[in-house]
Amino acid sequence: MTTFWIATLGTSAIAFALKYSGHSVPERWLSHPKIQRINALIPIALLSALVSVQTFTDKTSLVIDQRIVGLAVAITALLLKAPFPIVVLSAAISSALVYNWL
Amino acid sequence: MGQNVRVSTGLSPTLRDSLSVSITVGAYGVAFGAAAVANGFSVLQACLLSLLTFSGASQFAVVGVIGAGGSSISAIATASLLGTRNALYGVIMAPRLHVKGFKRVVAAQITIDESTGVALGQEQRGSDAVKKGFWYTGFGVFIFWNLFTLAGALGAQAMGDVRSFGLDSAVPAAFLGLVWPRLTSQGERLLAITCAVFAVAVTPILPAGLPIIATAFIAIAVGLRR
Repeated sequence: MTTFWIATLGTSAIAFALKYSGHSVPERWLSHPKIQRINALIPIALLSALVSVQTFTDKTSLVIDQRIVGLAVAITALLLKAPFPIVVLSAAISSALVYNWL
Repeated sequence: MGQNVRVSTGLSPTLRDSLSVSITVGAYGVAFGAAAVANGFSVLQACLLSLLTFSGASQFAVVGVIGAGGSSISAIATASLLGTRNALYGVIMAPRLHVKGFKRVVAAQITIDESTGVALGQEQRGSDAVKKGFWYTGFGVFIFWNLFTLAGALGAQAMGDVRSFGLDSAVPAAFLGLVWPRLTSQGERLLAITCAVFAVAVTPILPAGLPIIATAFIAIAVGLRR
């Protein structure tokens, strides 16, 4: 099996196990305030790391390329309270313009 | 004039809430399908992720980590950490749904941010509306998310060099759009910036994929201390 298949099926299996376990465990198990807090913080950490790694790296090296323009435009769009599709589209268009014509 | 004119759509308020969320959120599936193919996944794999994993942030994480050269293990671990909140949603929804057997399996699969959010938003309308909000939104997002994933994957496949269409920037922009609404306090913004800087800083020295998942430990440390 390739990396892609292992990632696809492995993620799917665990994703379902997590969802199903939530429906099946007693409520008090997961209601501890610290668990709730960590649960809210983990997505912030991982998603922020994904933003920067996807923008500033290529394999294991650090790079500055057209993606930084896309990120800047996405941040601007979010500050202007643009909806999600506009954020993604404006980042893609600006990055494509820089990549093709600069 | 001056009257509050309402166009009757013939739909119940709960169904209206569910449908509007389903269509708008489902449309993001285009971004996912395109991102998956841009990072080397096949159209079939992109569609299977949407059908089986069915959790936006986790799906983007898998393709993001693999796209950055990470191993399948670090991709699965990162996606699974993002999926733990669905377990908590399950805990919240179970006593409101009262389902067993096959129905519980189906309920679990459609337990995501949106179905839980719309369901809880119906509480003033009664326990029946809560259940309907969950099922309508869960099925609605599932249908649209999967259709749009296929469309995005096929579209990206037809593109060739995805950079000339800006897809390499669409992925980080999507992550940013997912994390942005969660940054409601100064502490959360500080955590976000710390993790973003940390992950890039350690990229040259850690194996691909690990810089991202390592930031989960920063989140755990912060959560335990406060």
